[in-house]
Amino acid sequence: MREISGEDIEALAVGAWILGTGGGGSPYHSLLNMRRLYRDGVRVRLMDPQVLADDDDVAVVSNMGAPLVSQERLADSRLAARAVELMQEYLGRRFRGVMSIEIGGNNAIQPLMAAAHLGIPVIDADAMGRAYPEAQMTTFAVGNLAPAPLTSVDPRGNEVVVTRAADWKWMERTSRKVCTEFGSVAATCKAPRTGAEIKRWGVHGTTTKAIRLGRAVMDANRRHDDPIAVILEAERGKRLFAGKVIEVERRTTEGFLRGSAAIEDERRARIRINFQNEWVVVWREKRPLATTPELICVLDSDTGEAIGTEMVRYGQRVTVIVLPAPEIFLTARGLDLVGPRAFGYDIDFRSALAP
Amino acid sequence: MKRIGIDVGGTNTDAVLVSEGSVEAAVKVPTTADVTEGILAAMRLLRDSAGGAYRDIAAVMIGTTHFTNAVVQHRELAQVAAVRIGAPATTALPPFCDWPDDLAKLVADGTWIVQGGHDYDGRPFMPLDPEEIRGVAREIRARGIRDVAVTAMFSPLNSSHEDAVAEILSEEIPEVSVTCSHWLGGIGLLPRENAALLNASLVPLARRTVEAFERAMRESGIGSPLYITQNDGTVAAASYAAALPVFGFASGPTNSMRGGAYLSELEEAIVADVGGTTTDFGHLQAGFPRQANSIVQIGGVRTLFRMPDLVSIGLGGGSIIDPDRIAIGPQSVGFRLTEQALVFGGSTLTATDIAVAAGLADIGDRRKVAHLAPALIDAVLARARAMIEAHADRIKTRAGDAVLLAVGGGSFLIPDRLQGISRVVRVEHGSCANAVGAAIAQVSGEVDQVFQGLDRGEAIARGRSLAEQRAVEAGAAADELTLVEAEDIPVAYLPGHALRVRIKVVGNIARA
Repeated sequence: MREISGEDIEALAVGAWILGTGGGGSPYHSLLNMRRLYRDGVRVRLMDPQVLADDDDVAVVSNMGAPLVSQERLADSRLAARAVELMQEYLGRRFRGVMSIEIGGNNAIQPLMAAAHLGIPVIDADAMGRAYPEAQMTTFAVGNLAPAPLTSVDPRGNEVVVTRAADWKWMERTSRKVCTEFGSVAATCKAPRTGAEIKRWGVHGTTTKAIRLGRAVMDANRRHDDPIAVILEAERGKRLFAGKVIEVERRTTEGFLRGSAAIEDERRARIRINFQNEWVVVWREKRPLATTPELICVLDSDTGEAIGTEMVRYGQRVTVIVLPAPEIFLTARGLDLVGPRAFGYDIDFRSALAP
Repeated sequence: MKRIGIDVGGTNTDAVLVSEGSVEAAVKVPTTADVTEGILAAMRLLRDSAGGAYRDIAAVMIGTTHFTNAVVQHRELAQVAAVRIGAPATTALPPFCDWPDDLAKLVADGTWIVQGGHDYDGRPFMPLDPEEIRGVAREIRARGIRDVAVTAMFSPLNSSHEDAVAEILSEEIPEVSVTCSHWLGGIGLLPRENAALLNASLVPLARRTVEAFERAMRESGIGSPLYITQNDGTVAAASYAAALPVFGFASGPTNSMRGGAYLSELEEAIVADVGGTTTDFGHLQAGFPRQANSIVQIGGVRTLFRMPDLVSIGLGGGSIIDPDRIAIGPQSVGFRLTEQALVFGGSTLTATDIAVAAGLADIGDRRKVAHLAPALIDAVLARARAMIEAHADRIKTRAGDAVLLAVGGGSFLIPDRLQGISRVVRVEHGSCANAVGAAIAQVSGEVDQVFQGLDRGEAIARGRSLAEQRAVEAGAAADELTLVEAEDIPVAYLPGHALRVRIKVVGNIARA
C-alpha cells in the first residue's frame, strides 16, 4: 500500500490516455477533479491486488458513455462515489477497495475519484488493460464471472440498480439503455468482485503501468527526446505508420461513436482506421494491418500525446503504433469477446507484433 | 485595387501600401503607448513615401497583437462574471477551474452555475428557470460588473438557453456586454467557456482599440472601410472584431507568415519572424501556416481556437544582453529601443547593438558600439545561432534540410547559414511582412447549420455552397474560393439523420 502523489496522478492521466487506444474519454476532467481534491488535502492510496484477502469485496467502477458527451457534462467525483455508495446500500456490505473496469482513458481515474470520497484504497488492477466500448469486453467476462448487479447514476438524482442479467451481453444492453436515457453518460458501479476473483482474472499492475508510461512521455518531452520511441521501447510495441490525417467520418449509433479516419504519408501510401469509440482495425487497401485486442494508438507525431477518435481531425500529423494485448484476451474465449469479429469484422486476429 | 495593411506590434507599427498585388511603399515606426499616434505617424510616413500612389484606397486592414499581449501581460483586462448553464451537472468544475491562479484572480469576479443546458441529442438537460436567472442578473448588477460570459451545456447544438440568458441579462443590467460561448467554438465546455471568458474580459479594451484605429483613419483622411485581421489570415469588419477580439489573437504571426509567403512566392518553408521581443517560428504549407494539433493555451488558459503552430523564443532586436552570462532576453526594451539601445545613445546593451557592431545591421550610430569586445560579439552571435537552429528544428515536420524564410524587423539576427537549413531566404519588404500579410488578407464565408434528411455528402455540399455564397457577398472573388475547414457532427436521435455541418471557405477580395 502506498500513497499516490499529485505527480503520479498527472502521469496517470497521460499514460491512461495513451492506453485508451483512441477512446475511454480524455482523463482531463477527472484530473481536474483530483487536483481540486488534492489541493484540499485529500489523499488516495494504491493497493497491490495480491494482498487482498480472497473474501474481500471490491467495487469496480466506470464512467459509461460517449466521450463527446463528457466534454460537455464534465466529470464529478461525487457521482463516481455515489454509484459505489448505492451499491453498498443495495448489498448491505462495505467495500475493501475500489478498482477501475478499464485503465484506458478517463476510467483510469474514476476509482481515484470514488476513493477520495469513500476513504478506501484503489486496487492496482483493471479488467481490460486498455479501453473497450462494451461492458462484456472484460477479463471478468472471459472468466465467466457474474455480470450483475450494477448501479448507474446521473446528476439529476436518477439512480438505477440492475439486479440481474442473463449474461454479460444482456448486462451491456440493459445498462447501455439506461446510460443512453441519462444522456449517454452515467457513473456506474459494476458487479462487485472478490479478492480471489481479482487475483485470478484481473489485469494486474495497470495503474502503476499507466503512471510509468505517462512519466516516460513527460520526461521524453522535457528532454526533447522522441516520446514515441520511448513508449515503444518501454512497452515492446511497434511503429505501424506515420502521416497526415486526410479524412474523418463519424456517426453516433446506439450510443457509440463509429466511423473511420484515413491517414496518408509523404509517399501517398494510405491507411484507414475504423473505430467504435476506440480504434478497432487498421486497413491498407483490404488487408488488415492490426486489429483489436492489440492496442492501436494514434499519437501526435511530435509530442507523443494520444489523439482520440472524437478529436481526430483533418491535417493532424500522427503516428500509429501497436502495443501488446493482455494474455487473457488472446485465448479463444477472449478473442470471441474482444477480437475483430466482436466488432463486426469478419477477419481472424493476427498479431501485428509477430516477427 | 489599393489597400493599406498595418501591423501594430509591441515594438513597431508597420504600414504598407499594396497596389494590384505589388508593394508600393513600406514604412516602420515605433509603436506608441497610445496606439493611435503610432498609426498616424506610420500613415503620414507612408503617404510621403508613396507619393502619388497614396489615393483611392479601397480598404485598410489592421492586425494587432494588442489583445494577446493584454492576456499574456495581465494588463487592461476587465473583470468578468461567469454564468454557466448546466446545473446540477458540471458543478464540480466551476468556471475558471483550469486557469492559472494569478490570471483567474485578476479576471474572475463571481461565478454562477444555474440550472439548464441541453443533452447531446438536443433535448433540454434541465429547464431554465427565468427567476433564477433574474436573481443572478441582479447580483451581477449589484457587484457593478458589466462584462459577462454565458456558457451553456451543448450550446453549439442548441443555443437557446444562452440566448435566453443573454436577453435577461440585457434587460436587468444596463450597458451589459455579454459574450455567448456558442459564438466562439464547438463541443468542449471548458475550452469554449474559457474562450468566452477571455473574450468578455477583452471587450472593453477591444472597443477602445478599434475606436482608436477608426479615429486614426479619420484623422489621416481615409474614408475606406476598416478591417481587422483574424487568426486564420482573413479579415473581419471592425465592428465584428470589437465584439470578438479573441478571433484576432494569433493574427500577428499569421500575417507575417502569409505576407512572407506572398513576398517570397514560397509555398513550403519554415518562417522565422524576428520582432523586437520575440522570434516566432512557424511552418508554411501550401502558403498557409500549419495549424496546431492540440488545444491551444493563451496566457496559460486552454482554448479551442485553431491557431498556427508556433514556437516562440525571447530573441528579438530589443532583447537585453547580459554580457557576463552571454544570455539573450527574454527581457526586451521593446518599443523603447530608440531611447535605450546603445546605438541610440542609451545605456542598455541589446541584440541590435551586437548586430550593428558585427556589421549585420546599420541602425543608429555605429560609433557608440565600437568599444564592444569582438569576443563578446562573437559569443552573443553564437548563442543566437544556437537558439535559432534549435527552434527551427523543433518546428520541422520531418528530418532533412528545409528552406528558412527570415522576416520581421529583427531578421538581421538570422545568420545566412544554419545547420539543418538548406538556404535562408530574405525578401524585399520582409521587415514589414506582417503588414503585407494584413494587406493581402482574404475574406471568408462560414456556415454552421444542422441539415436533416440529407446524406453526408449532400449535407456538406449544401453547406459549402452556402458558405461560398456568403464569402462572395462579403466581397470574395467567386472563382478563387478554397475550402479551409469542413467538420460534420452527427446529431443522433433526431428524425431524419440530422448532421451538424461547419464549413469555412476563403477567397481573395474581388477586384473592383
